[in-house]
Amino acid sequence: MNFLKTIVAAGLVAASATAAFAADITGAGATFPFPIYSKWADAYKKETGNGLNYQSIGSGGGIKQIQAKTVTFGASDAPLKAEQLEKDGLVQWPMVMGAIVPVVNIEGVKPGEMVFDGETLASIYLGKITKWDDAAIKKLNPNLKLPSEAITVVRRSDGSGTTFNFTNYLAKASADWKSKVGEGTAVEWPVGVGAKGNEGVSGNIGQTKNSIGYVEYAYAKQNKLTYTGLVNKAGKPVQPTVEAFQAAASNADWAKAPGYYVILTDQPGEKSWPITAATFILMHKEATDKAASQEAIKFFRWAFKNGGKAAEELDYIPMPAGVVTLIEKTWAAEIKS
Amino acid sequence: MAVESNVIDAAGPYDRAKALSAFKLGDITFYWITRLSAISVLLILGGIIISLIVGAFPAMKEYGLSFLWTQRWAPSADPPVLGALGPMYGTLVTSFIAMLIAIPVGLGIAIFLTELCPQWLRRPIGMAIELLAGIPSIIYGMWGFFVLGPFLANTFQPFMIRVFDGVPVLGAIFAGPPSYLSLFNAALILAIMVLPFITSISVDVFKTVPPVLKEAAYGVGCTTWEVVRSVVIPYTRVGIIGGVMLALGRALGETMAVTFIIGNSFRISSSIFAPGTTISAAIASEFAESDGLHQSGLILLGLLLFVLTFFVLAGARLMLMRLEKKAGN
Repeated sequence: MNFLKTIVAAGLVAASATAAFAADITGAGATFPFPIYSKWADAYKKETGNGLNYQSIGSGGGIKQIQAKTVTFGASDAPLKAEQLEKDGLVQWPMVMGAIVPVVNIEGVKPGEMVFDGETLASIYLGKITKWDDAAIKKLNPNLKLPSEAITVVRRSDGSGTTFNFTNYLAKASADWKSKVGEGTAVEWPVGVGAKGNEGVSGNIGQTKNSIGYVEYAYAKQNKLTYTGLVNKAGKPVQPTVEAFQAAASNADWAKAPGYYVILTDQPGEKSWPITAATFILMHKEATDKAASQEAIKFFRWAFKNGGKAAEELDYIPMPAGVVTLIEKTWAAEIKS
Repeated sequence: MAVESNVIDAAGPYDRAKALSAFKLGDITFYWITRLSAISVLLILGGIIISLIVGAFPAMKEYGLSFLWTQRWAPSADPPVLGALGPMYGTLVTSFIAMLIAIPVGLGIAIFLTELCPQWLRRPIGMAIELLAGIPSIIYGMWGFFVLGPFLANTFQPFMIRVFDGVPVLGAIFAGPPSYLSLFNAALILAIMVLPFITSISVDVFKTVPPVLKEAAYGVGCTTWEVVRSVVIPYTRVGIIGGVMLALGRALGETMAVTFIIGNSFRISSSIFAPGTTISAAIASEFAESDGLHQSGLILLGLLLFVLTFFVLAGARLMLMRLEKKAGN
């Protein structure tokens, strides 16, 4: 259907002399924000008649496509460093947020009852803690009755932004994790079984007693998985809620980060959820097709202004207002029309 | 002769040479069309190999031969440390176990179908085998994930672990903890997937055994077992091995089903109940989000699978040639 529309739109563009207003925006990249980008695109099309074509080909692909100038914008779950942006003449900003939550399957444990801290979570994923009744876990959960059973560790087998943010958090929380494993979309896991996608991980957790894994918050919520709380940087246990995710984003120091290079894990603040993640948009400062570029900015401005509710419905977290103001300033200053 | 040609010449404006050359032209065209079709296979294969080599070149330059015996797979390290030992081990072990199960079972089914099965049961069993071949691999993967895996982890694996506990070697091969994502489960799924290849080809070649040979054997008092062992199988050996090789090729390269249930761990464990990975599963999992050396390493893995399959099949062919020679003597 979209394809047909694109063809029709292209035909109209070719037929009319005033082509600029109907320039179709093309984007490609991260799979994680695909549902919300397409929902926004639908609503935007209804309101303005302008279409947007987003292909979720993965963050790496998104970066490659925008570098090759084959799309109007690229999307990536992991931000590019400022030097890299400078080199390619790109502008980058966070568009929408998500969060990652640990999930468990232990008999008698309900969602939100259990709490971990980064150090303990890292020890489990390093294979140093192998039983649920380990002293470190007991200390964090004195009121829970935990079985003396081996922990089955589940993680993603496919490269993913989820894994990037999760391992980034573990690396910040545990020096041992940082030196032994590090962070990345695919890392050298010391223990555990790998499952494909959020659905693979949650399928594994659902079927395997005494297991632990990590998934996108939206996924855990929609599938009613047994998520856990986390102790944040301020030492306070928090539950995964939209307020906690937004707190993490608000407390991050965006203004001082060149190219908005902030990874939202382990942010300060008493209410911040420790594994929050933004997904980013990449555009050229000086685009070859300036009309499409302007059109894209219009779309993103519209999405920041009107898209919050749609995002929340899909369990994404809109960027806080303060950050949006910063981003609009960046557009005005850096993107040439 | 001269008279005849005069007659034809006289028959009218009919140029014999021209007619012949028209036939010849048709023949040449036909020859070249078939020849080009055959050559195109080589071109396509060559193209694939070249593009694999080009893609894998950065990783080859970086890791050299040590790629083959490095067990670490750390794409996020700086610089990435990549080694193919884990996936190669997984590929060979799962294929080996799969063939260990599928060859006797497949041949058993084929012998039963052609020698022992009552007529009315032949069609249903034959159809079931063909249906088995038609199921998409993703369905096998899902079935393995949701049905076979839990069954093995809860029932079969604890039993085996208990039985072999403390036995040298076997105790290490069947070691716990039970897991429903493991090398063994993947191998079992592979065995089921390649079964139809072995069975249907064996059935076809068993049917080519001349009845008179079998009747003669029965005539001198052979049992069914002796007829199968000494007449049917030696007569059809080449065909059976062809079927086994086809099955082996499938087992080495199968991706989707294996990715679902092997556990995707690059670590080599002595236990077959531990998670592992295969070359194709590793590529399928990580390719989409990879770049730079990591991606090049994955392409190098693909090239390795290509080479591995080539050597395994070439080895099988060599064995076949030896067998034929021996049978000839």
